[in-house]
Amino acid sequence: MALTTYVDAIKEGIWEEMEKDDRVFVLGEDVGIYGGAFKVTKGMLDKFGPMRVIDTPISESAIVGAAIGASLVGMRPVCEMQFIDFISCAFDQIVNFAAKCRYRWNAGVPIVVRGPCGGGVHGGPFHSQNPEAYFFNVPGLKIVCPSTAYDAKGLIKAAIRDPDPVLYFEHKYLYRRIKEDLPTDDFIVPIGKAALRREGDDLSIITYGAMVYKALEAADELAKDGIEVEVLDLRTILPLDEEAILATAKKTSKVIVMHEATMTGGPGGEVVARIAQKAFEYLDGPIVRIAPPDTPVPYSPPLEEAFLPQVKDIVATARKLAAY
Amino acid sequence: MESMVKPSTSETPYTLTIPAGLALDRTSYLELYYFMALNRKLEERLSNLYRQNQVVGGLYSSLGQEGCSVGSAYALQRGDFFAPMIRNLGGLLVRGVEPQQVMGQYCARAIGPTGGKDLNVHFGWVDRGIVSPISMLASLVPVFAGIALEMKMKGKPNVALTYVGDGATSTTDFHEGMNFAAVHKLPLIIIVENNGWAYSTPTSRQFNVPDFVVRAEGYGCYGEMFDGNNVMTALDVTRRARERCVNGEGPVLLEAKTFRRKGHAEHDDAGYVPAEERAYWEKRDPLDAYRRFLDMHRIVETSSEIEEIDTRINQMLDTAVDEALASPFPDPSTLMENVYGD
Amino acid sequence: MATEPATKRPRFTHVPSDKTKLEMLHYMKLVREIEDRIERKLYRQGRIVGGVYVGLGQEAISVGTAIHMEKDDVVAPSHRDMGVFLMRGITSRRIIAQYMGRRTGLTRGRDGNMHMGDMNYNVIAFVSHLGDNVPVAAGCALVFKQRNQKRVALCYNGEGATSRGDWHEGINFASVHKLPVVYFVNNNAYAYSTPIHLQMAIEDVAMRAPGYGIPGEVVDGNDILAVYDAAKRAVDFARSGGGPSLVEFKTFRMTGHSAHDDAGYVPPELFEEWKRKDPIPRFEKQLIEEGVLTEKRRDEMQMECVKIVDDAVDWAETQPYPAAEEVTRDVYYEGQES
Repeated sequence: MALTTYVDAIKEGIWEEMEKDDRVFVLGEDVGIYGGAFKVTKGMLDKFGPMRVIDTPISESAIVGAAIGASLVGMRPVCEMQFIDFISCAFDQIVNFAAKCRYRWNAGVPIVVRGPCGGGVHGGPFHSQNPEAYFFNVPGLKIVCPSTAYDAKGLIKAAIRDPDPVLYFEHKYLYRRIKEDLPTDDFIVPIGKAALRREGDDLSIITYGAMVYKALEAADELAKDGIEVEVLDLRTILPLDEEAILATAKKTSKVIVMHEATMTGGPGGEVVARIAQKAFEYLDGPIVRIAPPDTPVPYSPPLEEAFLPQVKDIVATARKLAAY
Repeated sequence: MESMVKPSTSETPYTLTIPAGLALDRTSYLELYYFMALNRKLEERLSNLYRQNQVVGGLYSSLGQEGCSVGSAYALQRGDFFAPMIRNLGGLLVRGVEPQQVMGQYCARAIGPTGGKDLNVHFGWVDRGIVSPISMLASLVPVFAGIALEMKMKGKPNVALTYVGDGATSTTDFHEGMNFAAVHKLPLIIIVENNGWAYSTPTSRQFNVPDFVVRAEGYGCYGEMFDGNNVMTALDVTRRARERCVNGEGPVLLEAKTFRRKGHAEHDDAGYVPAEERAYWEKRDPLDAYRRFLDMHRIVETSSEIEEIDTRINQMLDTAVDEALASPFPDPSTLMENVYGD
Repeated sequence: MATEPATKRPRFTHVPSDKTKLEMLHYMKLVREIEDRIERKLYRQGRIVGGVYVGLGQEAISVGTAIHMEKDDVVAPSHRDMGVFLMRGITSRRIIAQYMGRRTGLTRGRDGNMHMGDMNYNVIAFVSHLGDNVPVAAGCALVFKQRNQKRVALCYNGEGATSRGDWHEGINFASVHKLPVVYFVNNNAYAYSTPIHLQMAIEDVAMRAPGYGIPGEVVDGNDILAVYDAAKRAVDFARSGGGPSLVEFKTFRMTGHSAHDDAGYVPPELFEEWKRKDPIPRFEKQLIEEGVLTEKRRDEMQMECVKIVDDAVDWAETQPYPAAEEVTRDVYYEGQES
């Protein structure tokens, strides 16, 4: 076992896959010489050489497009978007090329597009986004959002090994704040499977990414009052682990769905819809969503603090629902 | 590590010359100095404030590029539109932005032009002809083509000017915007500030030609390359570009050769830049060179004239810093304002 | 000094053998026949599903370039490059079935007309977002370079697609990394109703090549021998490690943008002018003059093409449509061979 940060877990995952499978390579801006803006690819250039760690021009569309082409002829590219906010520059290639090849002409596109998402770092509107909703409605894509160092490593490996295009959104706030003892042997976290982070009978919080930690903090707070919260970490946004979602809803009968993407059109709505449709009889109260308001991510600390869901907000909402 | 710059072996200091055909009066010469010095000193204050955790978020410097920003912006006239890229604070100052506005913005205070909604140079006022950029590089190229389109449609004798770095030229928006402007002969000026590096990526990894300006021919528009560290050259080139645009000759693509003396941002020590390259460009600092020029051509009567300007600037900045640090952060109630135009 | 007959004067560096000339003629005629059948007969009879885009008058381009493909080369065609598919060995049967939306068409009814491909033949299906195939082709070439393979990627687009950002990003990327890819531009003068001067402010797309530091060439796209020559040069250049190049073929779109478009916006004299430069009769005339072809053989070749297409149509019409239950299949990998 080795104590590993979330960011190093991602690096290790990619590194190990590159070692065992020479089809795997990395491309993106500043990933080679610089080791990546957040050092996810640090040391890789020296170890794997410039043909497998490629410094590209500023061309998100070409980065993803080239990855698609490389995957069609047998490679397993891992694209880095320096900040996941820039994934919008490659929207067309992802949505219209990568996502639809298999369905249309039976050609698999096993690419990974990864990058740092999320706020809480005074990044402002273009360095703090959570873009999963833009791609949620695109069949053919998979979307994962790890919250722990273990999952970060297991999911990046699973993503690389997946025969279909995977968008991997790592939360920048967690990069160096989360450390965990990781097994040294090869392990995978399956895509499409949620994880129970905390068991409880009274109320479920279904969430993912950095919000998992706020949910757990709120749960500790609520436990003092005898409210036992179950926290389900989705880990994969697309495809959703519907079985786990319905199981927790049926168990506690009171559900909060929470994410850092803004409220309207965020993936939470889909979770709520499925529970309402398939577990209606089990509910003892309305399903509640917690998410930032419908604004761009603001920059100044008091604005960003008002924007991001805070533990006290979660606790208050949970108390109200528990008492319903 | 490849580098596009060949270090100078001669010991002659970098000496500015006045471009032929550029006639400036004394006031203008001193104004150019004032804006470059203000740019430099303002950024020094920001850097200090960054280290004190008063500047919130990332800090990007234009150290070594002040000549290009100030000179080019100085060529604009009333009714022209301007947008900075991340290293064009000097241009904003020339266009009338005040230091306390910059301080407020960078320190995330309510008095900042965006009320704390966005950071660094991401601010503007349409009625002042200043447009806020976004972080997606070169996205302003098509936007400014659109602004230029309106000028053409209304027969306005104006131009739209914005900047990209060498890195931003690789993007979809750069290409589509330039092509569109060229087809419709729009009064658009794009200055490519080739400072050698896009974060850690040298220009040799960004494009496959030594001088970017050759791409102007590929768009079918006029292109010119110039020494970005000579503020007078920047002014002259931009003025002439402006004239072409106003005469309906179509967009102009300018390439400024310059150098980014600091890292990509304050946190980046840019260890990947070869020492010789850095040393070469340090000797070509635009502000130092301009001071020498003013002295050599006796444009300043005494050295104390420069000192007076510097002192005035420092006092102004002292006040701006104090004001900013004493001013409140935005109220959380303003979070929901202005998402839509109700 | 006496003037040598045109056929004996060496005009090009690379000249195909007589056998290859006849092979190319066959494919040009087959492209013409299959597209004529699709657009002017089947479509108008309501036997085609969806839209139709043909490359009438541009047959020399796909054929004269694709003739240089080796088995392991990868090709990313656009919508007026029918020759590429046929020369790769994709049958007319599967192509017609594709146009008819049948289960045994290349996309099993998932996509229509030229939006088809098959990696078993190293043909990449394009998307409607033109220019997207440019970085994709660069990505394939990247792999060939990584693995030290002597393979090349060939990528086709019209002049309209060159305005798109992906075209720029892909070529820039390929040029910086010196990738073994060739970028062909089919400049047929119109992008739907948009003439060149509204598409770009330059005369030739090839004028963009120096800006990427790559070779660029302008070629008469209606002269199959000119196409053959330039394409070989570019493909050899890429294969030998020289990096990408841009080859622009000047031609003319002899139809509307698609079957429903009557191209009323094109001055009729332009159609007249380019009809006289039709690549197929032009080549036939030349081959007859050279003694490589007889009129009788030419007519026989035409009948052969007609028969191939007749058979393809007959076969395709017997093919089943996909079943409704198939609609959700293969969104993701389902364990089948790709």
